[in-house]
Amino acid sequence: MDAQLVYISLAAVFGIFMAWGIGANDVANAMATSVGSKALTIKQAILVAAVFEFLGAVLAGGEVTSTIRKGIVDADLLAGSPELLIYGMLAALLAAGTWLLIASKNGWPVSTTHSIVGAIVGFAAVGIGIDAVQWGKVGTIVLSWVISPLTAGFIAYLIYQSVQRLILTQEDPLEKAKRYVPVYIFFAAFTITLVTILKGLKHVGLTISLTSSYILAVAIAISIALVGAVAIQRIKPNPKAEKKQHFYTVERVFGVLMVVTACGMAFAHGSNDVANAIGPLAAVISIAQTGVIGAKSAIPIWVLALGGGGIVIGLATYGRRVIATVGQKITQLTPSRGFAAELAAATTIVIASGTGMPISTTHTLVGAVLGVGLARGIDAIDLRVVGRVFVSWVVTIPAGAFLAIVFFMLFKTILP
Amino acid sequence: MLANIFGTSPVQPLERHVGLAYKCTKQIIEFFEAVVAGDWDKADAVRADIERLEHEADDLKKEIRQHLPKSLFMPVPREDLLELLLVQDKMANRAKDVSGLVVGRRMEIPAAIAEDFLTMVGRSVDAAKQARKSVRELDELFTSGFRGAEVALVSELIEELDKIETETDNREAALRAALFAIESELEPVNVMFLYKVIGLIGEIADMAERVGRRLELLLSH
Repeated sequence: MDAQLVYISLAAVFGIFMAWGIGANDVANAMATSVGSKALTIKQAILVAAVFEFLGAVLAGGEVTSTIRKGIVDADLLAGSPELLIYGMLAALLAAGTWLLIASKNGWPVSTTHSIVGAIVGFAAVGIGIDAVQWGKVGTIVLSWVISPLTAGFIAYLIYQSVQRLILTQEDPLEKAKRYVPVYIFFAAFTITLVTILKGLKHVGLTISLTSSYILAVAIAISIALVGAVAIQRIKPNPKAEKKQHFYTVERVFGVLMVVTACGMAFAHGSNDVANAIGPLAAVISIAQTGVIGAKSAIPIWVLALGGGGIVIGLATYGRRVIATVGQKITQLTPSRGFAAELAAATTIVIASGTGMPISTTHTLVGAVLGVGLARGIDAIDLRVVGRVFVSWVVTIPAGAFLAIVFFMLFKTILP
Repeated sequence: MLANIFGTSPVQPLERHVGLAYKCTKQIIEFFEAVVAGDWDKADAVRADIERLEHEADDLKKEIRQHLPKSLFMPVPREDLLELLLVQDKMANRAKDVSGLVVGRRMEIPAAIAEDFLTMVGRSVDAAKQARKSVRELDELFTSGFRGAEVALVSELIEELDKIETETDNREAALRAALFAIESELEPVNVMFLYKVIGLIGEIADMAERVGRRLELLLSH
């Protein structure tokens, strides 16, 4: 009994540490897009992030959590010694958390997802045996890391092209923006609502038929679009600011849209990244409680809530500083461009969450920004830095793995 | 970290630079008015302003160049932006050159051509002003992805710029003719330098026109 309590408490502490780190860094990056484009103030961004990260984690975070919890390590091999999996998951959490801390201190762009997956693969392959890793599944995950930025980039390219064609190149961009932006709001709300209903609600014990799901999603999306349309109608041109920048009011119209996509981005992030913290935690709890590996227990809601809460604390304590710094630097991402990037990234991430793929939010967002850039939407993108982002992605995996192996050996010696 | 993938946008700095270049150029109106009036104290003071503004434009030019490394991915070629910057800067350079020449030689503008002279100076500065107006559309051009209604608008601005430049050319020719008519009454060396001054003032408009040409190149991407 005592040992179980130790395991669960340790896992909870490490899990919250990890969630805090995600909130402090990752979320802040995701929200900074909205702050940089002045669609939201920092306070509003934190509020939006807190609410929607939490909702995303609880409503749509289940699939990815399952993948992290039992999709990477082949549990059958460990049937005889379940405590090895507990040590391993604890080690993975601590390793990923430590690596993130080191990376943040040095300003390296690393991904929480890559570190935790690297850590789990590391302890399983070295600590238990090469065969303990479900390489097929890991291959799929790695593939999704390549596909997700590409997909987000492609979607962002298409969205921004449509914005240019329908609005920005027209004689009367303001009128056109007022007409089309509610449509974009509809699509943004629809995609995210639909995936949530299809994939998320069963985790909170609701089942809805496919047809009703679509009807519900359309209904919710229409109401959000209507609210948006009302907000847009209330925007009045400001002739003084307009003189300096013709698109001033047009951008304010897009600002309304960006509030919606910012919510979507926070939701998407919560649905995917919270799993990095609580997937291992869920695994430890399940084994410690039942004594068996792979018991068919659902992930307790309180665990998802713990992860969501940890993220919110991270955001409130440290993330606001990151948002402020990052937000100041990305003023190039005006709402008309920022929304395209956010919507593309959020859509990609939510779909990945629905299929249980743990992907990197930041890399997906970088892919989306590049997509907008290819559609000639960004004044200047520094390709050297883009290169560094993707290199650090590769470096993170062995780093997480190495640390996890060290911690695993340590736990094996000192823990009961 | 996400923030760092954004390079420094050259758009606002380029607009600021053309503003400085115009401000510098504009001073030559006041400068030549002082010269015509024979007020050398005033002329020297304005000349100092011109030099200071030209320096500022020069510093900004260097700063913009530093922030445009080859690794930047932009909607338009980096080289074209750098060329635009260079011709913008040359407007200011010409203003500095011509005022320096006049101050250095304490040149007098013959009363017979003074009015035509000042008109030509004014028109040349108008060309620079129109160049500034055109370049100030850069941010809108970037926003609209160099397509559609905004491109048409900038094309019109450039057409207007060309008209002003042609007009400056005509005035320059008329001024040269007027000077030719009276040149036998003047000191030969002074006449030589007067032609030179007229040429430099004309070049300000030429540079403004080249700003238009460079901008036009961006439109065709």
